[in-house]
Amino acid sequence: MSKASGTLMSSSSAPLDERSKQLRRLALRALAGGNRGHIGSTMSLIEILRVLYDDVLRYRPEDPHWPGRDRLILSKGHGCVALYALLADKGFFPMEVLDTFCQRDSILGGHPEASKVPGVEASTGSLGHGLAYGIGMALAARMQDRGTRVFVVMGDGETDEGSVWEGALAAGKHRLSNLTAVIDYNKIQSAGFTEEIQTLEPIVDKWRAFNFAVAEVDGHDVEQLRAVLGSVPLVPARPTAVICHTVKGKGIPVAENKPEWHHKAKLTPEMIEQLYAGLN
Amino acid sequence: MRATCINMVYELAKLDDRVVFVGSDLSPGFLEEMRREMPQRWYMEGVSEANVIGMAAGLAMEGYVPYVNTIATFITRRCFEQVVIDLCLHDLPVRLIGNGGGLVYAPLGPTHLAIEDIAIMRSLPNMTVVAVCDAPEMTRLMHASLTWPHPIYIRLAKGGDAVVSREEAGFRIGKAIPLHGSIGDTVALVSTGVMATRCLVAAKALAEAGVSACLLHFHTVKPLDVETLLDFCAPAEAVVTVEEGVRAAGFGSSVLEALADSLGSGLPPVVRLGLPDAFPEKYGSQDELLEWYGLSSDDIVAAALKALGPRPA
Repeated sequence: MSKASGTLMSSSSAPLDERSKQLRRLALRALAGGNRGHIGSTMSLIEILRVLYDDVLRYRPEDPHWPGRDRLILSKGHGCVALYALLADKGFFPMEVLDTFCQRDSILGGHPEASKVPGVEASTGSLGHGLAYGIGMALAARMQDRGTRVFVVMGDGETDEGSVWEGALAAGKHRLSNLTAVIDYNKIQSAGFTEEIQTLEPIVDKWRAFNFAVAEVDGHDVEQLRAVLGSVPLVPARPTAVICHTVKGKGIPVAENKPEWHHKAKLTPEMIEQLYAGLN
Repeated sequence: MRATCINMVYELAKLDDRVVFVGSDLSPGFLEEMRREMPQRWYMEGVSEANVIGMAAGLAMEGYVPYVNTIATFITRRCFEQVVIDLCLHDLPVRLIGNGGGLVYAPLGPTHLAIEDIAIMRSLPNMTVVAVCDAPEMTRLMHASLTWPHPIYIRLAKGGDAVVSREEAGFRIGKAIPLHGSIGDTVALVSTGVMATRCLVAAKALAEAGVSACLLHFHTVKPLDVETLLDFCAPAEAVVTVEEGVRAAGFGSSVLEALADSLGSGLPPVVRLGLPDAFPEKYGSQDELLEWYGLSSDDIVAAALKALGPRPA
């Protein structure tokens, strides 16, 4: 992390390997299909979802409702293009579907819907709902004595919502060791830098105070993510919070750390070309 | 009705291991037997309605049938978006049990009066809205709720309500019950919840005044039983809807919408009795406020006679 112009900003030393670039190209394919999307919010998420789907979660693309799967809830639904890229990559639906993003008859909307997209656990988009779903699912797994785990991926701005902290109270009370909250802490929300709009610091202390075991990682460092997400629960009988320091727009130089790239509409072919070029 | 409803959650839990109870911050010892017998299916989660609804949604996504209970205003208004997105968009079988529907909490003032609950809940796709009239009917509803595949809002009355329902009339969610009179009666009284009791008195008083009146009781506000509504209201010379809630977008509005959609210019006069578009400024008791707002059986009779207009002696 570094301070720039008095504002808390993110940096990451982690270079993007070919797998990370490939997933970003899939995300750009969807964004191009819809000529719009939450570009910055998508790019900060890629490594988090990559590691979860490549190394951590148990799932069956051919049987998305397999009871033995681990549940992943993308509570920051506006980052759905990153999720769509992973789901297409894993074969939950054909790659060509990405080209239909946000189009009238597409299954892929600007926020993900469980009834339409194979692999999407819950419909999200309105912020602050996912942690409570995860608590219900984690309690269900406990009642059924299943070993399945629940991961809830939230945005940093999302945690402004009071419902997140109601959920944090409940998860701590129930000692849900099968529940992990993953925070994509890119330090930028829609209106600007989180430190200016609604500061979350001291973010680690907050989650710890709600009885979570907390880890901090570079959210673009695949090895760090593997080490932490692959070893939850970090403390027995406690839920886990993983604070992922990320860069909004990561991998796309024109969008990195730029609040105005939170969402873009009316993307022209030239702009899309520029995004691809920046990635390479 | 209230005690019956809550006790039925435990009875249903004994019959079906998908049933779980989720409360917010209810009274000490609440459903204590259930808590002792099946602690994993009994949750008291504190004053956190948004999380309670989302947690119930998560449980329902995993195949459970959660019965959630708190005060009606808090289970509708406080967590409205969770009800919309978590329950209705996902179309999950979560049951919302709202204590103190209507004016039950009269002495506690407007923060606790659930007078717009029917209006806001009936506007939601996939939501079922139920207000039964007495304890025996509550038992029938709770049995039916076990297999209903959609979210349900269950509006509770005060308790100790007069029993006016009849077992032989049966019970099906979404099916209105004629409690008095027959098709072709001059006036059709149409009510939901415990207002059925006052309407029954009014129907008998109208008969004594020489005006035949039927009473249709809608324990289910949504989905509305339009077929039965039309059977009884289309031939009537006047229709009076009666509800313990706001007139704006409420039960009477839904009746009016259905009649207008089907009858067009053949619509008989429809009078909607309910609460005005204003926060209640009085305290006292539920009965006192019902009188204040013109919802006594005498008021219902007067409204029906006025709607009919001057009649030959």
